[in-house]
Formats: sequence, C-alpha cells, structure tokens
Amino acid sequence: MYKLKKQFLAGPYFIWMIGFILLPLAFILYYALTTADGAFTFSNIAAIADPVHVKSIVLSLKLGAICTLVCLVLAYPLCMILSSFRFRHQSFVVFLFILPMWMNFMLRILAWRLLLSNNGIVNSILAAVGIGHIKMLNTQTAVVFGMVYDFLPFMILPIYNSMVRIKPETLEAARDLGAGSFTVLVKIIFPLTLSGIISGVIMVFVPALTSFVISDLLGGGKVLLIGNVIEQEFMQGTNWHLGSGLSVVLMLFVIASMALMNVFDKDGGGTAVW
Amino acid sequence: MKRKLINLIGITKSYGNNVILDDLNLYIRENEFITLLGPSGCGKTTTLRILGGFETPDKGQVIFDDRDITQLPPNMRDLNTVFQKYALFPHMSIAENIAFGLKIKKKSKAYIEDKIRYALKLVNLEGFEHRSIDSLSGGQQQRIAIARAIVNEPKVLLLDEPLGALDLKLRQEMQYELIRLKNELGITFVYVTHDQEEALTMSDTIVVMNQGYIQQIGTPEMIYNEPVNAFVADFIGDSNIIDGVMIQDKVVEILGTKIPCVDEGFGENTPVDVVIRPEDVEIVAPGEGFMDGVITSVIFKGVHYEIEILANGYEWLADTTQCYTAGTSVGIRVIPFNIQIMNKPESEDEEAAEIDV
Repeated sequence: MYKLKKQFLAGPYFIWMIGFILLPLAFILYYALTTADGAFTFSNIAAIADPVHVKSIVLSLKLGAICTLVCLVLAYPLCMILSSFRFRHQSFVVFLFILPMWMNFMLRILAWRLLLSNNGIVNSILAAVGIGHIKMLNTQTAVVFGMVYDFLPFMILPIYNSMVRIKPETLEAARDLGAGSFTVLVKIIFPLTLSGIISGVIMVFVPALTSFVISDLLGGGKVLLIGNVIEQEFMQGTNWHLGSGLSVVLMLFVIASMALMNVFDKDGGGTAVW
Repeated sequence: MKRKLINLIGITKSYGNNVILDDLNLYIRENEFITLLGPSGCGKTTTLRILGGFETPDKGQVIFDDRDITQLPPNMRDLNTVFQKYALFPHMSIAENIAFGLKIKKKSKAYIEDKIRYALKLVNLEGFEHRSIDSLSGGQQQRIAIARAIVNEPKVLLLDEPLGALDLKLRQEMQYELIRLKNELGITFVYVTHDQEEALTMSDTIVVMNQGYIQQIGTPEMIYNEPVNAFVADFIGDSNIIDGVMIQDKVVEILGTKIPCVDEGFGENTPVDVVIRPEDVEIVAPGEGFMDGVITSVIFKGVHYEIEILANGYEWLADTTQCYTAGTSVGIRVIPFNIQIMNKPESEDEEAAEIDV
C-alpha cells in the first residue's frame, strides 16, 4: 500500500512527460515524415540537402563554433582568476557576471542593436577618435557578438564550479613535486576542469546552433541561420512539414555534437546537462 | 654529530596583526627524524610551509645545504611534502600519481616503472598500480602520498600531520612504518603534529612550540623527563603542576608541606613550578607519605587506573595498576628524583604561552 502511494507521487511528472515531451516530439516527427495531404515522405528530411539549407546549417555550425570558442577563451582565464584569488567578495563578483542572465534576453539584444547601429554610440565614439564609421550591425560579426554576450554566463558557471572544487593542496602538491606553473595548468587544472568545460561548451554551442532571435535582430535578415529558416517555414511559409523536417535534422546535429563531447568526458561530469 | 642540513635563521611571519612566528631559529641535521609539536595555532605548520616554499617569511633566512632558498619556489626545492589531506591527484591512477614528479624530471620509462614498483613495495601496497584513488581507504591513500613523495629521492621529507585523519589502530601501524621508512631511506623527516604520543614514538628530536615560539628542543626522553617549563610538561603527557617555593637546595615546599628533591641552584625562597608525572605518584597507607588525601575518582584506562586524590586542596593525578575505591583515605609519596623543579616564566612571551594551555 505504502509503495503504491509513493508511485502515485510520480503521477503528475508522468503526465507532464507524456503531454509536454513525448507528444510534441511525436507530432514533430509526424509532420516531418508526412506531406500536406498526409502521405508518408522523406522529402522534408532530405530538404536539408537543398543548397540554401546547406548554406544556413553550415553557417549555423560555423557561428556556433566561433561563439563557443570565444566564450571558452574569455571564460577560462576569468574563472582561474576568480577562483585563485580568495578575496572577500568573490561570490559577489561571480554574481555580477551572472547578473545579465536575469535581464530580459530580447531587451539585451535590442540594446546591442542600438549600440552597434550606424548612428549608434559605438560608431560615434569610433568617429570621434578618428577611426571613422564601421558597418557593424547586420553582419555575422554582430551576430557572434550577440551570441557571446548572451551565452557567456553559461560557460562561466560550470567552469567556475569545477575550478573551485580543485583543492588548493592539490595544486601545492603538484608544485611540490616539481611542476612549474605551466605544467600545473596543463596536467592538473585543465584535466580537473574538463567536465566543466564540456558542460559549458554544450550549454553554449547548443543554444547558439539553434538560435534565431539573435541573428534576426543583429543580422537584420542578412544572416540566415538554420533557426531562421525553420522559423520562416513555420511563421511565414506556413509549411509546417518542411519546418519539422529541418527541426529533426537540427536535433540530430545537436545530439551528434553532444555525443562527440561525451567522448572526451571520461569522468561523466558533463553528462549532468543532458 | 651529523651535519646541519637545514638552518632557519630569525624567521618571522605574521598575517596582518597576527604574529605566527617570531624570530624562530632552528637547525635540522641530516638523517634526523625531527618533530614540530604544539597545539593548533602554534606556528608549526607555518614553519613547515616556509620550508616547503609555500609561504615566504617576512624576515629571516632558510638555508638548505649551505644555500639560501628563502625565495626559491616549491618546484625548485630538493624536498617533498606529504600533506595532511593526502592531496592525491583525483584524475590519475596510482601509478600516474607516483610517476608525476619523475615525469617532470624527464626520467626514462623503465626507470619510472622500476621506481613505482619499488615505492609501492616500500609502503606495502604492491600491485596497486592501476587502481583508482577513490578505491583506496584513508590509510592507503596516505601511503600512496608518501610513495609519491619519496620516489623523487628528496633530501628532506616534510610531513604535515599525515596521520591526523586516520583511526587509532591505523595511526599506530603507520607510525612504525614511518620509522622503518626513515631508517631504510636514510633521509631527513620533518614531521608536524599536535599528538604528543606520535611525537614521542617516532622522533629523534622534538621541537615543542607554542604561540610562535620554540619552548624546548630535545630528545623524546629529555622532553618528557625534564620539561623546561609548565607548558611543555602539561603538553607532553599528563602532569601534576603545582605552585611551589624552593626553600633551599634540595628542599621544596608545596601545598604547605616541605618535601625533599634533588634540584639545586634555584636560590632560597624562590617561587617555582613543581611537576610530578602521574605514574611517579605512589599511593601508600595514610601517614606513610608526605601528604594525606582522599581518593575522589577512579577511572579504568586499560593498562592502568587513573586515580584522582584530593590532598591539601590540590587534585592529584596518579596512575597505578592497583585498584582503589573512591572515598578511601590514602597517603602520597614521590621519590625525590621524580620531582621536577622549574623556574616560573619570566618574560611576557612565556607567560602568554602559558595562558593557552
């Protein structure tokens, strides 16, 4: 009786999983594999081979990879600094870096749109110091910039968490055994933060790969990511079948990239995110 | 006497206003097992960290093998440390942990494998090469930490309370292993502990520290039998420490009773501390000792009974193998040779040292 009661507690979650995870997935798959009159087809999936779609998914992978790399290069040294100096307001500084995450996402991107525009503050400053106007808005660079700005905290948090878990005496032991600063970094700090790096990479790369709002607002319709293509199919083209087909392909890319990261993650820390 | 290997000269270290070490001078001889003993906060760990290179003294010099190494970083020093919490590398196997220092020194593969086998044999963990760190008990981890340090053949091994986290039985086993290791390897051990029994068991030399000052340096026998002040006497084993007055040579007055002792040269009517070890207190029939009292408590300790006797307003501690019952009237006797007379602390520093007891 008691056991049965306990199982009832899982009921709401079970309904949630069916209603909000499995059913939508099934619908997407159904749309992906049918035509408008309900006949079975692979053409929606195969549509990824269309040159336009190939171009946008390659661009998505490229910008996603650049964004992830930039985030990693920015976040890793920052986390090392934050975790090595045991100053008094350490957690407050970490909090400051995380704070933008709490602000509305659209608002932040719109702000960058104003800052980067041809008559915006950044260009005014550049003009004032004599560099002159640079076209920044509606370029791939602007999109990557927006992505980095938005997703950086997702890289910082897992790396910082794995960094502070390294005990100071572990580093002292390495130095005691003859390791210089570089050896300590390569042989001790890096392997011990690898699971954090993997979590961070997944948490930045996946949303960067699938994003469409950032490219919409900062790319001005000129930077067409796979997310934008899918969005258009649903919102403008109203071809839900093609949109679903491309979504399924995108999901396969996401799963493949996560599986690839998992190969590097020996101690399984990165699997926590999926 | 053996050569002096390490010389600490005038070491001073403070954090903010908190003085940890004040003008500490100490030398360590070759192939010596030296123990820094004291309560927490006495500066013993800081001294070890200065030796290891993890802290730089504010003032003073560290001379190692006739070279000034005060400013040398830890990785350039010819000594290795065994840390209190093992500090093994969690992402490496046992063999990789042990090989870490040797790989940095670019030793050949064959040499490293040889050394790993040798070190594991030395710490009685043969065949553990490819086990992971997590699969080991605390005692095994600490032995791996020792193996990892000694494969580098340091001239000096620094040990920072390495047995602190182990249970009693394991701790005693490890004490014997450390003594054996020290004899087999012929290297200098600098050992930090707050456990006086550990210090007495293993050391050639004990340095008793308190509040950043060295209280006494000597062999375990010297420290135990002839403590220089009340702090040392109290810290090393249990003691009856009683205020007394040295009436004249070989006569001391405690608790209103004049008793004979063997000490001379304190002058006449000088206030002193009198230290009597509990095992030196003999319990006799009332009237046969120099003082009579009543037994207030009897505690069985295994090898002996710990007995408290209230006599002339002082709670005496006595160890004996004979069983008594509380409430019995008894006499107390101590042979003159077992009565230690010590000068009262003179300076403020020593006074401060006593407060912490």
